[in-house]
Amino acid sequence: MAEIADAFAAALRLIVGLDAELAQIIGLSIRVSLTAVVLAAIVGLPAGAALAVFRFPGRRGVVVLLNALMGLPPVVVGLAVYLLLSRSGPIGFLGWLFTPAAMVVAQTILIAPLIAAVARQSMAELWAEYADELRSLGVGPARTIATLLWDGRFGLLTAILAGFGRASAEVGAVIMVGGNIAHVTRTMTTAIALETAKGELALALGLGIVLLAISIGVNAAAYLVGEATRASEASPA
Amino acid sequence: MSPAILPLKVEGLGFRAGGQVLLRGISFEVPPGRRLVLMGPNGAGKSLTLRLCHGLERPSEGRVAWQGPRGAEARLHQAMVFQRPILLRRSAAANIAYALDVRGVNGTERPRRVKLALDQIGLAALADRPARVLSGGERQLLALARAAALKPEVLFLDEPTASLAPAAAKRVEAAIADIHAAGTTIVMTTHDLGQARRLADDILFLHEGRLVERGAALTFLAAPKSPEAQAYMNGDLL
Repeated sequence: MAEIADAFAAALRLIVGLDAELAQIIGLSIRVSLTAVVLAAIVGLPAGAALAVFRFPGRRGVVVLLNALMGLPPVVVGLAVYLLLSRSGPIGFLGWLFTPAAMVVAQTILIAPLIAAVARQSMAELWAEYADELRSLGVGPARTIATLLWDGRFGLLTAILAGFGRASAEVGAVIMVGGNIAHVTRTMTTAIALETAKGELALALGLGIVLLAISIGVNAAAYLVGEATRASEASPA
Repeated sequence: MSPAILPLKVEGLGFRAGGQVLLRGISFEVPPGRRLVLMGPNGAGKSLTLRLCHGLERPSEGRVAWQGPRGAEARLHQAMVFQRPILLRRSAAANIAYALDVRGVNGTERPRRVKLALDQIGLAALADRPARVLSGGERQLLALARAAALKPEVLFLDEPTASLAPAAAKRVEAAIADIHAAGTTIVMTTHDLGQARRLADDILFLHEGRLVERGAALTFLAAPKSPEAQAYMNGDLL
């Protein structure tokens, strides 16, 4: 028990003292996860909205597949990205393996289906409300998607947050394609796994506290932004 | 307003869904400048007829023939207001601006048209208010203002005052009269006999998906010929 308390105290000292290694790991983790969320949102949000709006043969199959992809095993994604990026892989020439770029690719693949699936649900509800009016006005397909995404943006925050949550907590895929190289590809989750295995609980606990704080902070910020904007709701045309 | 898509000719219109015939053999014509009111008990097919005419549903049989342009292009000369107004999650002004933008009204002209539409309908003070917080009557008026701002040749109204308080219904009726006076042809449904008296030039009476009777509003309302219409007017058919 005393050992855990000591580890907590040491972890807090690392955080308060802005330990350079800790800061470097946190910075890289946030950069990788945010980049992956942005890329996954660019793909996933319009895809989710399009699936909510358009009817085409095989649509149900696509929806089932998308929902299944939400539970993609990270190690499988890690393996697939590893094979793609390895020297003999189809895009090995990029030289991304064991770099943050490879971790971004893996996280993007992991969270894009999650963002698309949550967005589809949210957009389906809005489409049920808007469909008659937009069709009556003669709004085209691209504009319909843009309108739904804009007017349903608060609902989409949930999708983006869910994506960020999964990306920032992910360890299996990023350790496979990033390699957990100190000062290069070591993220909070891979460092926690490594330091715990080494018995270095202070750094692991410090990173765990920061990871938890980031998660709570992002959710709180999104909640406040949503509340404030919903209160006014007015938007430019 | 010179007619671009009127008269509308509806010929042998029918609609089936889920193995049921919801509408059959509906034929009528809408000349420019008229106010045509569809009446009938619940489930008669009034709203469905409107949706078919406006192109929101595809007929199972028969045709909706506009003069000149067809399909989506014909719809650009029309507007529709639904029983429960569908408003975007934006301000009152932004709702109208959006519709004008979709219909190609340019950015410099748009603010003027938005202001005019809100002024004419008496909602100028609520321009920046989120549409979702407006009262039921204000929401329906905003939907009408948005439709009127498009300067449609034909305006479809699906029971526009159902579930509104009498004062709000009166404002909506006045707005409909103004839109008609500005040259828009009105095709609407209502259950309200008083409203039909005030707003209709012609009446179509539907029952169980069939067109049972048609005629000038004054004649129909004074002495309906069909037993179904008589029963409806007497309150025996709801």
